Amino acid sequence: MLESIVSYGLAVGAVYALIGITYNVMFSASRVFSFTAGMLGMLGGVLGALFITKFGLPVIVGLVLVLACGALLGIVTEILTVRPVLKSIEQHLYVLSTLAFALMVQQLTAIEWGTEAQPFPRLIPIGPGWLDQQFWLPMLACAVTIVGLELLYRKTLIGRAFLAIAEDSYAARALGLPETRLRMASFALAGMIGTLAGFTGAEMLLAFFGNQSILNFYGFVPVALGGMGSNRGAVIGGLALGLFQQAANFLVGGIFAAVAVFVVFIIVLLLRPEGLAGAATARRV
Amino acid sequence: MTDATASAQPARVFSLARIEGALPWIALGLVGLLLPLLDDSYIGVIAQRAYIYWILSAGLNLVVGYAGQIAIGWVSMLTLGAYATASLTAGNATPPWHPYLALVAGGALGAVFGVVVGLPALRLRTFYFAMTTLGFATIVTQVALAWKSVTGGGVGTPGPVFPWPFEPGWGFYYFCFFLAALATWMTANIASSRFGRALVAIRDAEVAAEASGIAKPRLLVAVFLFAGALGGVAGGLFSSLQSYITPDAFTFEMSVLFFIAILIGGRGSILGPALGTIILTALPEFAAPLVQWSTFLYAALLLVIVLVIPGGIADLLDYRNRRPLEQHREIVARPELLSRVLDKRSERNAIALTGVSLHFGGVRAIDGLDLEIRSGEVHGLIGPNGSGKTTTLNVISGYYRPNAGQLKLNGADLPFDRPQARAGYRIARTFQTPRLVGGASVLENVMIGGMVDGSGSFAESMLSLPRHHRDEKRLKEAALLALATVGLEQLAPVRADRLQHSELRFMEIARALMLRPAFLLLDEPAAGLSAEEIRRLGALIKAISREGTGVLLVEHHADLIFDICDRVTVLNLGKTLAAGTPDEIRSHREVVSAYLGA
Repeated sequence: MLESIVSYGLAVGAVYALIGITYNVMFSASRVFSFTAGMLGMLGGVLGALFITKFGLPVIVGLVLVLACGALLGIVTEILTVRPVLKSIEQHLYVLSTLAFALMVQQLTAIEWGTEAQPFPRLIPIGPGWLDQQFWLPMLACAVTIVGLELLYRKTLIGRAFLAIAEDSYAARALGLPETRLRMASFALAGMIGTLAGFTGAEMLLAFFGNQSILNFYGFVPVALGGMGSNRGAVIGGLALGLFQQAANFLVGGIFAAVAVFVVFIIVLLLRPEGLAGAATARRV
Repeated sequence: MTDATASAQPARVFSLARIEGALPWIALGLVGLLLPLLDDSYIGVIAQRAYIYWILSAGLNLVVGYAGQIAIGWVSMLTLGAYATASLTAGNATPPWHPYLALVAGGALGAVFGVVVGLPALRLRTFYFAMTTLGFATIVTQVALAWKSVTGGGVGTPGPVFPWPFEPGWGFYYFCFFLAALATWMTANIASSRFGRALVAIRDAEVAAEASGIAKPRLLVAVFLFAGALGGVAGGLFSSLQSYITPDAFTFEMSVLFFIAILIGGRGSILGPALGTIILTALPEFAAPLVQWSTFLYAALLLVIVLVIPGGIADLLDYRNRRPLEQHREIVARPELLSRVLDKRSERNAIALTGVSLHFGGVRAIDGLDLEIRSGEVHGLIGPNGSGKTTTLNVISGYYRPNAGQLKLNGADLPFDRPQARAGYRIARTFQTPRLVGGASVLENVMIGGMVDGSGSFAESMLSLPRHHRDEKRLKEAALLALATVGLEQLAPVRADRLQHSELRFMEIARALMLRPAFLLLDEPAAGLSAEEIRRLGALIKAISREGTGVLLVEHHADLIFDICDRVTVLNLGKTLAAGTPDEIRSHREVVSAYLGA
């Protein structure tokens, strides 16, 4: 039982962590928390099953297509729901615009794909137990993403530009950085990370339109725990959340697990709104 | 013009507006009452569903439309109320309850969880609250699925059947109708009370709301209790209407429907969201081929509204505020009215800062400042940009906690970090950039300043009890008088965001006067005013101080400072460069060279 708690918990946790990183990448570039994070996760699974099972495309082609769709959706999100709102005075309207867009995509999925959860193909036929792809694939994706992002941010010029925008977009613009294009690139990147999370986690979570709101919430919990913008915090928070959830599921049942996660979430928000590892206060007057 | 006409004319405009405003409600009420004459049970069921949705949305409207808190998962309150009422009546976990009692329990449960879900909104940014409500909705559904012994799990549980007098059919119809009418009446009462204005102030000008003594946490808790209770009651009715409930009946999409109805209707309106709810409930019934697309279309509608008409239908219909205003308006303050606005203060009060220092990181914004503001005096605070003037004002009004030093009022410590407590000490302030509640009228903006002087409670306002009416009458009279004093009485019914910059400055002073302040802190009140307006402003400020109020005037206009101040403190790099009478300062060599120029 311990083995299945750990393997399953870490795998689900890795998906949560990746969705958390998706939130973070979009947030860093725009100061916007976008409800499209869960949507991307949901689509990763649905589009993967569509391309590979329904269309019979090779796995690698399917993955590339899924990531391309994610990047495209990220760009559309930025143009349609973020850019116009950032211009207006009431910037918190982004909550509504991103939610509306995510819901439209979810409903379209429900209508075209169906409201039943459908199986996701087994990509690499080894296993059982630890070797089963549904356990290690999300963790691998999470590790690759983290290392990739570190390299991008530390070693490349465009990565440094991302960091500059995240640190102080006003000053970055004054230096001549193309803020809008960088923001679009960030949303495209977030789109790929989000769909990758859904793609690698889909054998476990299935290709199901209802995953959207679940991933939206459970993917945000690590961000709240780890501090917004902190990818390391999101990974630790995500894995911890996954392990806790599975342990509670096995030991005391699903009701308790769901309620406990929510209670912890609220308590952390109230006591340490900047996250367990973060620090941020803004001047208001 | 005499005082009597000054206050009577806007008052008449308002009562006309009230009758105009009641007409659609009377029409809606008549249609609702007479609908059973059609004897069409299909239309009856649609109407009942609309009433039930509206009972929830009426409360949610205060949260979303008035307080501006983005509660996207309020369907969870409906779920809670429905399962509580259904399983208590059915006796799944307890001996069976009477259905009406179970409905009350559903409302109570909704109220409790309304507050629990709302807790993050008391402190945190919008998105966290949105996410909490979404998370709660997700979890309630998961629990409903998993807790089979009480909820029946995926199989579901039968809804309650209410006995006489509200038995299924038209009896239940009238039950829903009357509860919807009651919910409308109560929310309308709150919306038009000082609490409703305070909610809008929290939404549009949170900092100004705090300065007026509005305690956001307490007010929001009251609103979440109320909105949660209405959601719970709506859920109980819903479970009876459905006659059998499963977790599938409470989709997140329903939440979106409530939410969109409010946004389409317009924030800060009640009629708009009510019409929105009715239309969105009925529409899918008459467009059958579109049913599976309905949520998609709602979401698309939401996107369009947010991007194109953030004000909703109510804004489009607000023809009264599109009538052009008079072009060349002049603000003629009437300081002679001040004796009626302010209490004549004979006692000598003083706010004293000793050795106050405040650092932002490595920047020393204030560095060992001593300052005393006395009753009946105008104290000027001048200095170059970045010398710590506004920071000093923010320390006094409680927004910043200094790293060292003392802040005392008449020898007793003034607590730091509690800006909303300053109004209780009769310390009022204005802001460098006017903080206005754009969507509210000028009169309402000013009435916000008198928030702490209301004596009726939230519940009294909700039920429209006598103390509520006394409060309203007094606040309105005081606000009209304050407006007449600063010279804006003609603009009382106009939306505040249509005013010119200089008028907003005077409106802020009127709002501050509502507090009958012992101390008034003015942050660059003359910025952006014409020479003539500055002269009138100076006379007004001087007259305020002569009524016994201590005034702290942060300004850049040297002429105004030397004209009206009794004492002046000059700051440079957070330290006092010089302090004394205007004459002393004017001839102070360092001040002249550092700041005033030769």
